[in-house]
Amino acid sequence: MAAAAVGAAIRRREDARLLTGAGTYTDDINRPRQTYMQIVRSPHAHARVKKIDASKAAQAKGVVAVFTGADLEKDGVGGLPCGWLVKGKGGTAMIEPPHRVLATDKARHIGDPIAVVIADSREAARDAAELVAVDYEELPAVADMNAALKAGAPAVHDEAKDNLCYDWEIGDKAAVDAAFAKAAHVTKIALTNNRLVPNAMEPRAAIGEFDRATGGYTLYTTSQNPHVIRLLMGAFVLKIPESKLRVVAPDVGGGFGSKIYHYAEEALVTWAAKKIGRPVKWTADRSESFMSDAQGRDHITQCEIALDKNGTFLALRVFTRANMGGYLSTFGPAIPTYLYATLLAGLYRTPAIYCEVKAVFTNTVPVDAYRGAGRPEACYLLERIVENAARETGIDKAEIRRRNFIPQSAMPYQTPVALQYDSGDFVRNMEDALKAVDYAGYAKRKAESGKRGKLRGIGMATYIEACGIAPSAVAGALGARAGLYESAEVRFHPTGTVTVFTGSHQHGQGHETTFAQVVADGLGVPIDNIEIVHGDTDKIAFGMGTYGSRSIAVGGSAIVKAMDKVIAKGKRIAAHLMEASVEDVEFKDGKFSVAGTDKNVDIAQVAFAAYVPHNYPHEELEPGLDETAFYDPKNFTFPNGCHIAEIEIDPETGTVHIARFDAVDDFGKIINPMIVAGQVHGGVVQGIGQALLENCVYSTDGQLVTGSFNDYCMPRADDVPSFTVATNEVPCTHNPLGVKGCGEAGTIGAGAAVMNAVVDALSGLGISHLDMPATPQAVWRAIQNSKQGQAAARR
Amino acid sequence: MYNFNYVKAKSLDEASKAATSASEGKLMAGGMTLIPTLKMRLAKPSDVIDLSGVPGLAGITASGKTISVGAMTRHYDVHTSKDVVKAIPALAKLAGLIGDPAVRHRGTLGGSISNNDPAADYPAAVLGLGATVHTNKRTIPADQFFKGMFETALQAGEIVTKVEFPVPDKAGYMKFPNPASRYAMVGVFVSKTGNTVRVAVTGAAPCVFRQAEMEKALSAKWSPDAVANIKHSANGLNSDIHASAEYRAHLVTVMAKRAVAEAG
Repeated sequence: MAAAAVGAAIRRREDARLLTGAGTYTDDINRPRQTYMQIVRSPHAHARVKKIDASKAAQAKGVVAVFTGADLEKDGVGGLPCGWLVKGKGGTAMIEPPHRVLATDKARHIGDPIAVVIADSREAARDAAELVAVDYEELPAVADMNAALKAGAPAVHDEAKDNLCYDWEIGDKAAVDAAFAKAAHVTKIALTNNRLVPNAMEPRAAIGEFDRATGGYTLYTTSQNPHVIRLLMGAFVLKIPESKLRVVAPDVGGGFGSKIYHYAEEALVTWAAKKIGRPVKWTADRSESFMSDAQGRDHITQCEIALDKNGTFLALRVFTRANMGGYLSTFGPAIPTYLYATLLAGLYRTPAIYCEVKAVFTNTVPVDAYRGAGRPEACYLLERIVENAARETGIDKAEIRRRNFIPQSAMPYQTPVALQYDSGDFVRNMEDALKAVDYAGYAKRKAESGKRGKLRGIGMATYIEACGIAPSAVAGALGARAGLYESAEVRFHPTGTVTVFTGSHQHGQGHETTFAQVVADGLGVPIDNIEIVHGDTDKIAFGMGTYGSRSIAVGGSAIVKAMDKVIAKGKRIAAHLMEASVEDVEFKDGKFSVAGTDKNVDIAQVAFAAYVPHNYPHEELEPGLDETAFYDPKNFTFPNGCHIAEIEIDPETGTVHIARFDAVDDFGKIINPMIVAGQVHGGVVQGIGQALLENCVYSTDGQLVTGSFNDYCMPRADDVPSFTVATNEVPCTHNPLGVKGCGEAGTIGAGAAVMNAVVDALSGLGISHLDMPATPQAVWRAIQNSKQGQAAARR
Repeated sequence: MYNFNYVKAKSLDEASKAATSASEGKLMAGGMTLIPTLKMRLAKPSDVIDLSGVPGLAGITASGKTISVGAMTRHYDVHTSKDVVKAIPALAKLAGLIGDPAVRHRGTLGGSISNNDPAADYPAAVLGLGATVHTNKRTIPADQFFKGMFETALQAGEIVTKVEFPVPDKAGYMKFPNPASRYAMVGVFVSKTGNTVRVAVTGAAPCVFRQAEMEKALSAKWSPDAVANIKHSANGLNSDIHASAEYRAHLVTVMAKRAVAEAG
């Protein structure tokens, strides 16, 4: 038999195409008679739209049409829907103000779309867009949450006078209060989780097309989940039956969450294509991405942890304000609740946890899931406070974690915040990481750094994340307005090749390789004979797409289920061909055999018989070998791990240099270790980006200060070290592949580990916290403040 | 970008005339600032006059006491020139710190100093070495060339042809890059030629400037310690989200000290 494909570091099959410019991205697609759309966006964070005069623009050269929100309303176009209803304290539903495709009453953030110009060329559309005269009445804006929640603050929406979307809680408040009352020690921390701009390499783009012969629409879009866009846009915004709407998400150059959501531009090109009778194309430039892609994170949190005299965690109390931005993005409300607060147990046995989350409207770009989505926020908070607690109590940072870890023997483990962990060996991850980083030799390295005038620090983060999103019934009970299963179709062709249709979508994850590896082993077919098809609602039965590290756990499981059906049918065909009873037929390595005999038949022969059924059990079976399956996960999967960063600070300039970074992760069963390492590398870089470099800044009046790469600091290769990554394979107990998912882990662990290392390096100066990003200026400022504080104390 | 007339000049004269006769002419050397500015629609010149077809503007000549760099010489060529590396290694190093590889293969010395971006690297070398700027009309000493933010002594239609750098005894350049853009947040170029010391600071203020107090201290004693305790005033320095004026002022001292150490 061939060597197993699963577990092999097979090179990504898609790379030859993507790296040599042979990929087909949305902007590469051009349709006959295509037009170009330019969006007129608000230059103000908060302004009443008094009048729009499009007459000059409409007469400009090359212009086909100019549309405003009034035109959409006339056609009965609906608002952009929110996919998750969060119910706050006492069951109060969140406030869900309308989110119009084009703003008609007010602009609520910089970049809010007001009108569109459609022209024969991109340049003509751009020129004419500058001629659209919008009469704005500027209103006072609120950009930060504290300002938005102040009494008398300007209201972003009339529906939420106090700018509060919801006030939500989880956990046993009384039990937490009781635990704090008897605590030997309480550690407190107040921190912000900085807002980030996802910045996928490929900006968003969309092409709408209408076929008047069939009455059908096609939307090409940069989406992580084309079926979800078809559902949301078709059903809620444009009211197009699914049978008349095809959504294609071709090669997509990165998403990191920002391409999950249904955006106004998708609805606009689709609607306008019918209106003008020509295809309409829109491609964002980077400046537009900065003000129109949903952004990530943005929490302000106060937290305290109660410990007994041995350093055992007794209770955790958390108050978080989460910024929603100017509108609710598709999954915005779910992120700081069900993907954040439910992770606050972390890897620890903390028996009582209470968390309150206030979601706040501000005059900023909407916030939604960004790689990690809620879980990096939970990990950062928890690991920062645990490490501060260790420092305050004098317990070693590894030891305090060791004392509080959930032991493997306690699995499955029910946390006090809703989740039930199925598996994990948290102690082993940490011990492996400590060994990898040579924790014992750290003091020597610190002394050596000191000799060179540098401050060295070591920091750790352990994390657990809920991935494989999600059991539909659970998600539904928590307010999700969709199911979260996945579909797969395995089509065995007559001559032995296989096409797999998956509802997962790849935009950097390498599914064309990993999924093929799963199928190669599952069906005993050479990997070169397997094609993975994704990203087209006309080809794939259904799909919920790719986010939340769900593709292999949910999409991969659906493929296994479909393969099981292929094998089950194949057994019956093989039994007929071998004149044996179906109960006696076994399948292994691509061959059906009769137990206890040397009789066997290859799966390719079975497939041929299924399509050329001359000798075939027609009375009991249909011809063909093509099976579809849907898989709804039984539980979340729980990837977990331990990341350790060692950093050096130049105290003269405040520059942080990462000396080394070690990660040990448990992703369950590994399909392709090279792809997994790549996912961890990319995730870690984004985690480091948040910790040291990236920060989305608005001025107090809501202008975007970091609106380009000149000011928004993306990580570059020389900002990061070479990483050491390793895995511990503790299989997931409830899916057929034993997989947990690896897409977000790096982003979750890295930021907290790096910040713990930065604070560790500065702790000798009496510094116990620094907000992200720890830029040179921020670190230098903290050192100066500490020196001044010490000097004042001496006086 | 907006439409404009594209003129590919074949001589300095033609370029100069085209620039002055256009209603809003803009000379283009490497285009590394101009092209992004046009693409962002932040400029609307009537004419863009490309200098890349003018012969004789690129190249490096060494003459023992000076290194002469043609205005259209690319940063990469300065960075890797054996003559520059040998005579003024700090200048070669500086050129290698500009932008990224793509920018270094397109961007030019003449373009950089004519634009005089407050955070550009080259002005620090030109001022820090006391170079002489040659134009199609005259020669301008460095001390009189840089006038203010994006402002130089160049008159309408005046085009930089080359820059003559005197070879110093010692020189060093230390740059603290803006973490996002990698432009100089503070860059300090120091040089010593006989008893003459120059300390030029870029990135910190609206325009490159000389730090007289440090020059005096280093003239008395050429050593990092000589400047280590000279505090530069934050008054008039740039301030943004990446660095306050106070932080920039602090970095002037640190970068000066390190530049002297590097110069040896």
